[in-house]
Amino acid sequence: MTDKNGFFDLSKTTLTRRNALKGLAAGAGLAMAPGFVRYSQAQSSAPIKIGFQSHRTGIGAAYGRWYEKTTAAAIKAINAAGGINGRQVEVIIEDDGTDPGRGAEVVGKFATQHKTDIVFGTLFSHVVIGSAPAAGEAKMPYFVVSEGHHVASTKLNRYVFQPGITDVKSQIQSMAPWIAANAGKKVTQIFPDFAFGYDHRDYLPPALKAQGAEVIAQIAIPPTESSFTKYFPQIPAETEVIYHVMVGPAVLTFVKELGEFYGSNRPQLFGFIDSLEATDINSPGLEFLDGSHFWEGSPRYAQPDDSAAQKAYRAAVGIDDNGAAVGDPKDVSTAAHMFGCWETLYVVKKAMEDAGYKGPEDRAKLVEATEALKEFAEGPEHPQGPKTFNGKIHQCFGIQNISKVEGGKLKVVHKTKIEDGLYEAEGDYTTQAL
Amino acid sequence: MSEASPAKAYALHLGAIALLFVLSFLLPEYYHGVLARIMVLAVFAMGYNMLFGYVGLLSLGHAMFFGAGLYGAGLAVIQLGWSVPAAFGAGLGCGAVLSLIIGLLALRTTGVAFMIVTMMFAQVFYLAILYFAAWTGGDQGMVVPQPARVLSFGATSLDLTNPTVRYICALSLFSLVLLITLAIVRSRYGRVLVAIRENEERTKMLGYDTFSNKLAAVVVSGTICAASGAAYALLFGYVGSSFASVQYSILPLLWVLLGGAATTLGPLIGTLFMYYVIDVTSGYTSAYLLIVGIALILLVLFFPKGILGSIRQRWLGWLP
Repeated sequence: MTDKNGFFDLSKTTLTRRNALKGLAAGAGLAMAPGFVRYSQAQSSAPIKIGFQSHRTGIGAAYGRWYEKTTAAAIKAINAAGGINGRQVEVIIEDDGTDPGRGAEVVGKFATQHKTDIVFGTLFSHVVIGSAPAAGEAKMPYFVVSEGHHVASTKLNRYVFQPGITDVKSQIQSMAPWIAANAGKKVTQIFPDFAFGYDHRDYLPPALKAQGAEVIAQIAIPPTESSFTKYFPQIPAETEVIYHVMVGPAVLTFVKELGEFYGSNRPQLFGFIDSLEATDINSPGLEFLDGSHFWEGSPRYAQPDDSAAQKAYRAAVGIDDNGAAVGDPKDVSTAAHMFGCWETLYVVKKAMEDAGYKGPEDRAKLVEATEALKEFAEGPEHPQGPKTFNGKIHQCFGIQNISKVEGGKLKVVHKTKIEDGLYEAEGDYTTQAL
Repeated sequence: MSEASPAKAYALHLGAIALLFVLSFLLPEYYHGVLARIMVLAVFAMGYNMLFGYVGLLSLGHAMFFGAGLYGAGLAVIQLGWSVPAAFGAGLGCGAVLSLIIGLLALRTTGVAFMIVTMMFAQVFYLAILYFAAWTGGDQGMVVPQPARVLSFGATSLDLTNPTVRYICALSLFSLVLLITLAIVRSRYGRVLVAIRENEERTKMLGYDTFSNKLAAVVVSGTICAASGAAYALLFGYVGSSFASVQYSILPLLWVLLGGAATTLGPLIGTLFMYYVIDVTSGYTSAYLLIVGIALILLVLFFPKGILGSIRQRWLGWLP
């Protein structure tokens, strides 16, 4: 994997601009022809270039680091197996600072300076939404690993895909049957007062209602809050389950204060591991979570029934049985999400092979080939589990894990079915022009 | 500082505009796209410079004016289905009204209090965007649909997502604002603003209504910033709360300080410089903001008047 920067790299870019100047191009055409032929020949063996829009800095940095590690491991495996269409794959990384404005600039840079074949790897929703117009305008296939519902909402554009990780609407919906059957019927939600929390606020109540359970209170906590005790009296006494999705550094305080508020006599707790990605579950203050349950996309801790593919994936990425970096137990991974990078790259590989992809001129073919994909079987390319793909909304659907905190580890106690997370399509990208 | 003749001043600015136009045909594709974005952001910086550079009022809340234009135009298209010109007008209107209200309230203070009050109003604006997430898209923001970003003149239509059209639109806005700024600072009104900056009490004593003049400057500044925000929404297709955050109140201050406060072309140079420092250094290290910080410290130490300000001080005293 390499970082590349070309400051006024005229060698890479003048051809296109000259083509725009048709008058000049007519005269220069003959002189340029030999070089152009050389370029065409080289293209067949030149590496496929993937632009990785990484959150190296900003709020997403912890995720970005692990997304890079997973991507590097996947690319190494793909290249070792012969690459894509016989060509090696090269990843070019640009930091978007987890900022939507910079994100759009980075997509433009990939399209017009690095001239990558695709752009890949974005996590944070606001960066995806901010970058999507730039990708659509550049007709640049943009494969995100975000879990936001924005792609499936069909509000973005035909060039944006999320084939390697399920979206939050599907995740929430598939949690409802287990919560209603095992944790309790009266649920109080505590969530951050911004978009990530709103997804949970909006999608959980109907999903629980369909299972005969109900949300009896919703407590939105401002993102700037650093102490939470004053909100806890709002939790109704009849609450059987507290559904919490607090994120960010304040989560440790949140859990500690919740523990102090309830003591040993607490309702059931159910949360999304997003709160504690890259955080040691045994951190001081988190003892109160013992016995509680979490959603996990892919399990952080190695499980006794892990498939051979899952074991191989963990080894390739370099995480130990506790989900931390091999050799550094304090460097906890973002295991629940980062598998999406691995799986997305294998989807890209499959789609490029199906499309007979040769270069940027085949990007439209790549879009259509990706839309034509239907399912991904569990295996080395999809170690998290089997998935289906809806080409109309550019979104995959898969299984989810529910894990219990037990003895300082997360133990998977339930795996949902793909069907649990399916929902009615909200639109159809394939009707948009390419 | 000597005064340039009108011909010399306008020739310089028209020359700069002509250079930017010619660059449209010469620049490689990537830098062509980047310059379009920089010109739009430079308009934001020019709006900021109007208040900070010429009146000496340091605001830490100008992101709200950029945001007013951004959301005024963006929401007009997304929620109301307005055309591009109408939406741009809505963005300008939002910026003008907001800056008038903020000016009336914030100008009751001066100095540090003015900074704090403007920052607090901007924070209210930012949190209001998050609070009304059902309409604004909250922290995720919204996409301005590509098919709606078309500028129609009768039977002719211009696709704002086309890089050339976008560049020309950005250049047109930049040129217009640059010439308006130049006209203002060379006018009698502009001299009054500078007089207020230099000695407000004395200006009052000379019979000028400094409050009205400052209020007008806030409105002009806020409206220019809103024009930049509206153009950003319509040209680049994204409306998001991060553009109304405190970071985007500090950025125009840095751009202006870098380029040279109270210079008409300084905002463009500062924006350009800062963009490329980040663009280039972020490719080498994730600690690029450290490099940006060091660059800023060095500039403040050795070129306290910014790039163009220092050039004016040392060599070209006539620069407007």
